[in-house]
Amino acid sequence: MEVALPGSGHGMRLHRFPGGVVLPDHKEASTLLPIAPAPLPARLYLPLHQHVGEPAEPRVRPGARVKKGQCLAAAPAYVSAPLHAPTSGRVIAIEDHPVPHASGLSAPTLVLEPDGEDAWGEREPVPDYTRLDPSALRNRVRAAGIVGLGGAAFPSAVKLNPGPGRRIHTLILNGAECEPYISCDEMLMREQPEEIVAGALIAMFATGAQRCLIGVEDNKPEAFVALRVAARNSPDVELVQIPTRYPTGGERQLIQVLTGKEVPSGGLPADIGVLCLNVGTAAAIHRAINLGEPLLSRVVTVTGSGVARPRNLETRLGTPLETLIERCGGLTVPAPRLIMGGPMMGFDVPGPEVPVIKATNCVLVATPADLPPAPPPRPCIRCGECARVCPVRLLPQQLYWYARHRDMEKVREYQVFDCIECGCCAYVCPSHLPLVSYFRYAKTEILERERERRRAERARRRAEFRRARLAREKQERAARHAAKKAALKRAAAGDTGGAVPQVPEVARLAQSLAPAGPGDEGARRLRPDERTVIEAARQRPRARHYDPEEGEAGATERAPDHGPDR
Amino acid sequence: MDRTADPRPQPPHIHAGTDVGRLMRCVLYALIPGAALQVYLFGPGVAANLLLAAATAVAAEALMLGLRRRSLAALADASALLTGTLLALALPPAAPAWLVVTGSLFAIVLVKQLYGGLGYNVFNPAMAAYAMLLIAFPLEMTRWPPSLLEAGVPWARLGLDGVTAATPLDGLRTGLLAGRSLAEPAWRDTLAGHFGGRAVEWINLGYLAGGLWLLSARAITWHIPAGMLAALALAAAVAGLADPLHQPGALFHLFSGAAMLGAFFIATDPVTAATTPLGRVLFGAGCGLLVFIIRAYGGYPDAVAFAVLLMNLAAPTLDRITRPRTYGHRRRRR
Amino acid sequence: MNAVVVLTVLATACGLLLGWAALRFRVEGDPLVEKIDALLPQTQCGQCGFPGCRPYAEAMARGEADINRCPPGGEDTVRALADLLGREPKPLDESRGTPKPPAVARIDEQNCIGCTLCIQACPVDAIVGAPKQMHTVIESECTGCELCLPPCPVDCIEMIPRQEGLERWKWPYPEAATA
Repeated sequence: MEVALPGSGHGMRLHRFPGGVVLPDHKEASTLLPIAPAPLPARLYLPLHQHVGEPAEPRVRPGARVKKGQCLAAAPAYVSAPLHAPTSGRVIAIEDHPVPHASGLSAPTLVLEPDGEDAWGEREPVPDYTRLDPSALRNRVRAAGIVGLGGAAFPSAVKLNPGPGRRIHTLILNGAECEPYISCDEMLMREQPEEIVAGALIAMFATGAQRCLIGVEDNKPEAFVALRVAARNSPDVELVQIPTRYPTGGERQLIQVLTGKEVPSGGLPADIGVLCLNVGTAAAIHRAINLGEPLLSRVVTVTGSGVARPRNLETRLGTPLETLIERCGGLTVPAPRLIMGGPMMGFDVPGPEVPVIKATNCVLVATPADLPPAPPPRPCIRCGECARVCPVRLLPQQLYWYARHRDMEKVREYQVFDCIECGCCAYVCPSHLPLVSYFRYAKTEILERERERRRAERARRRAEFRRARLAREKQERAARHAAKKAALKRAAAGDTGGAVPQVPEVARLAQSLAPAGPGDEGARRLRPDERTVIEAARQRPRARHYDPEEGEAGATERAPDHGPDR
Repeated sequence: MDRTADPRPQPPHIHAGTDVGRLMRCVLYALIPGAALQVYLFGPGVAANLLLAAATAVAAEALMLGLRRRSLAALADASALLTGTLLALALPPAAPAWLVVTGSLFAIVLVKQLYGGLGYNVFNPAMAAYAMLLIAFPLEMTRWPPSLLEAGVPWARLGLDGVTAATPLDGLRTGLLAGRSLAEPAWRDTLAGHFGGRAVEWINLGYLAGGLWLLSARAITWHIPAGMLAALALAAAVAGLADPLHQPGALFHLFSGAAMLGAFFIATDPVTAATTPLGRVLFGAGCGLLVFIIRAYGGYPDAVAFAVLLMNLAAPTLDRITRPRTYGHRRRRR
Repeated sequence: MNAVVVLTVLATACGLLLGWAALRFRVEGDPLVEKIDALLPQTQCGQCGFPGCRPYAEAMARGEADINRCPPGGEDTVRALADLLGREPKPLDESRGTPKPPAVARIDEQNCIGCTLCIQACPVDAIVGAPKQMHTVIESECTGCELCLPPCPVDCIEMIPRQEGLERWKWPYPEAATA
């Protein structure tokens, strides 16, 4: 498909990815108003694990006063990201709090009470990043806590480092935003296109890429124009308008559309010389390097029929969802569903007290009008619609059958780990099967089984080693015993060569090394002083046995079984 | 073992709005032109069979669902209704009521429900029932009355006189066995209509129209009908060129017997066909080729039922050997 | 007569073909004991009545032990063993114990007297310590077999369920209430 861009005189051939579906947009409601700042809530809740990789480790204690932009938690490993204070205030606590995760579990969260002053700490903008070494640039990006803002939350500094032997030639900015209802990227592109382009240039410098392609779906014409204007002075940055189709915004699918190449399974885009960043991430990189501001806030779309005035809000990390909903006019119905993310891949959050994290792109306050309840599933009729729309060309119907019957080997063989969980298959299934859930179940089940298998393997090896060790010790003991016996015999027969001193210690040693009885290998008799200690210990209150059924409160006291008395 | 199920709503939270019941009903609507023509040309017996088979099928399904302790809401998917209808359209109009009922019960109870219900059956229920009836009751199953175009009786009495006539395919077989050749115009005119088999060509045309509508409504995909009709046409054309005195050629085969019904309504049954795109083309092609072979060289005049059943057996293998190449992988994995 | 000859020739030809195929495509598989051992959970708890998983595997390979004696393995293991050995799957032998949620042992350091009895009892050497020195359980290696509980003279070891945590959370099996 030829797309000749007026003004750039350079046509670019676009490719297609297989499958995909065309979805109704629902973006009009939230794009009428410009981005507004979200109000400062009474408390900010900052989960320590908002990114892929190791959770951040706190560097402040409860009670500490912090400035805006101050590092609250550091990255303990390479694949990790630090966390910064979105505003000045006082650290109240570091405790478990409900986090936006599909499990509904709680996780360690740093609770910050703003003091209302919003006072910055030290900011260190880089006056000219082209003078920096790319590795130093990456370290600044890491220190700013920047992760992928498209929803994946992968540490950007790690992404910007393709590693030795891999060269990036094309940087792709993902402005597709293919999921319905979500419009945060679109508004960012319309209102802050210069920041995005500036960030793209920094990323290009950091990776050595020669060109940058910004892909924007054709349902966002204003964003496309705004970006084109912002990029007019950067000849290496090309704007490409792509057909609106879900899931074009998936990294692998976007790369396929723009370059026609496929990222190898299990590999990274860097393997084919491409790097893909979200437009929001690019803007964040610009702010970090050119303005010295770490990642403290992001644009969040608040939309759905359940909220009175949907719009996009520039939101500080850690803001509870209820603050956002209130800013948007409050709820229109008493108890709508709260979905973090879009209607295809989003999940229900436990409640409105859940905070915004780096990966939050949208809050969908949904009524049954937006998201009609799903009818009960029927049996799979093998119609093949799911396979027709799968962008990865998997066979969802086969994966479903095998996952359903827990045949994990076959599920693996049909490449379940290549599934991007886009939901196209379940969207078209006439039997309303929750296909994505089966694949997710299969994936984590397989991973857990792998973990268990490795554990079992370790245990097996340790048990084997122990058996070998005991056998060896037994042999050594028998050999020593035989040698001693022989020496004693010689001594008794009057042979003085190599006489064994008959010392009480040796006699006792010989006695203690002798096995106490059949099958009692390795046991030894207790010495009198040990017996005293044991008696004293027995008088102490009995240790409790943890009973999972009853929990802490009902821990029972069980008479221990000491086995045969020694 | 993880037995706890997830009670929360599962993503994606929106849906395209397709539904099994709607799909099946689409197929039923598409049958109307051909079925109407069949009733018109072969008399009220066809309509009686339709009612009886459909009613028995639905009742049998309700009974089996109850015995298996499943919700009766499954009846809304209209699959039993469709099975009964397809079976009735394959049976001769003069078939006695007990034959129709037996076939319907066999299809639903044995071939479908005892294998696990919708989605779990290996064989196409209507065709399995037809095959069983054909083998068990060959006399009743091959007693076809003359069509309206041939009989001299009023429509209401079609099929009730006890007069039988050969269907075009049947006539072709018996004639060829008796040593006739297509060069004899008298004999040929008893078989051939304007383009296909006599009288049945209109019925096939009706099913073709219905099938094309199904394609446009996206209830079925083009792979199976295209494969089947292409293979049948090709095989018949080649045979017709090689032996024009005994082989009537592609057009005749395409528009006689249950060719169109089979291509668009029977072989396309998603549960028992292959599921990958290439697999479906091969499935259809296999059906078409087998239809021709059994018609020309086999022991039965019409072969759609047996061809479909044989390809049902091959469907899982076809699926396995035609797996598409996954994104990011280099070659097709087996 | 022709029929007899033809069939005889066919049968002989097929028989020869099968024999050749059996030799040509022979697969050198693992010995049975390794395969059985690979299916067991390696808890080394001894609940099956054998001193460890390997002896149990050997007994099963010899046909001396039944396949339903492993509570930590649960129904899954019984079924896998039944598959492998071609026997009928049976319900778990209740007299051997009941399946429990995965747990690890923890030594209460306030009460430990350094007697090394638990160290000697642990089948996978997951307890670190020396005489008169503090003992502690290496949590990542503990299989939850509970063999260290009886020998401890001061009863300072307790079993704690293994933590789930966000990182180890699994997607549950989706409920598909199909007709």
